[in-house]
Amino acid sequence: MAGQVQLLRRRIRTVRSTKKIAKAQELVATSRIAKAQERVAASKPYAEAITRVLTALATNATIDNPLLTPRERVQRAGVLLITSDRGLAGAYNANAIRTCEQLIARLRADGKDVALYVIGRKGVGYYRFRNRPISASWTGFSERPSFEDARRVGDALLGAFVSGADDNGEQHGPENIEGVDELHIVSTQFKSLITQSAQAHFLAPMQVEEREREPGLRPAYEFEPEAGELLDALLPKYLNTRIYAALLESAASESASRRRAMKSASDNADDLLKRYTREMNSARQAAITQEISEIVGGVEALSASGSDG
Amino acid sequence: MASQLHVRVVAVEERIWSGDADMVVARTTEGEIGVLPGHAPLLGLLKEPSQVRVKLAGGDQLTYDVTGGFLSIDADGVTVLAESATPATPDAH
Repeated sequence: MAGQVQLLRRRIRTVRSTKKIAKAQELVATSRIAKAQERVAASKPYAEAITRVLTALATNATIDNPLLTPRERVQRAGVLLITSDRGLAGAYNANAIRTCEQLIARLRADGKDVALYVIGRKGVGYYRFRNRPISASWTGFSERPSFEDARRVGDALLGAFVSGADDNGEQHGPENIEGVDELHIVSTQFKSLITQSAQAHFLAPMQVEEREREPGLRPAYEFEPEAGELLDALLPKYLNTRIYAALLESAASESASRRRAMKSASDNADDLLKRYTREMNSARQAAITQEISEIVGGVEALSASGSDG
Repeated sequence: MASQLHVRVVAVEERIWSGDADMVVARTTEGEIGVLPGHAPLLGLLKEPSQVRVKLAGGDQLTYDVTGGFLSIDADGVTVLAESATPATPDAH
């Protein structure tokens, strides 16, 4: 009996410390969401400006750039998957990986080879455990991505895309890079604190929307240097901006997901604590009751033997 | 014609500065360019690295060290887009 009380007491202590961890994680995640959202907002002016500039360029000049032209034959497709570095984030990573797997299956069904690029330790761990090849991976910044990180990723992807899948079976093409003909990105969109959804998007070749030309009034842009050169410099930056935006949104989603998971974990710990405390109290009470009845029984037995003698 | 130039300096991670100015001086790959109010629309790639100077109405001047920069001039004003833009130290020029 006393053993059971001790067991329950130990269990309560365990649950209480787990709850503390969950609660702390929840608070940290809550403050991170706010920060991540601020960073998303802070990156908007640039993203809007570069989109406007590209649209102006597309509307005013005839465009011919490898980043904009779909390849006739797509031999290999690159897929960039964004996951988190740490766990305890509910279904965040599972959802991203599942979306990525679906995309890969679809690409394979189209007869395309897939080169996988992974951001975040969780994604890397998933594929490494299954012995699936990863073309390149980056870790260590999933919660606080900087533009520098996005640029590192973007440069690698761009290199692969520009070189193209020109290998012949075993050997890679002249640049000795595992090239790709198109690029996809799987990231988690932050819709609200409650809803985040993993989505796959096309990254390259890009589609620049040409704005409807308003009749008559169209500013004639001058270009310095000329449009083609300008585009060559602009498009990689635009690609990096897209990756950066995806990283920021994923970071916000990761924190939101973690907050929710940790909140239900600490709520659950509360329930467990309540239940164990009740069980412990009744076990203790049962032990006391038993002891009393043993004493009473003993006294009665003694007095009975006394009256006999 | 507007007598003031609406200027925005935006970096990838944040908006650096926005406001009205008299003139913007920047260096594109083709050469130095001074932008006054009413300038024709232009898209330019900035020289790497370079400085952008924003001349304010009071005679003050803001200088930014810019990397990976673009200049866009349209009817709304001037936008300097940069991968990074930091206020230059006063003795840099």
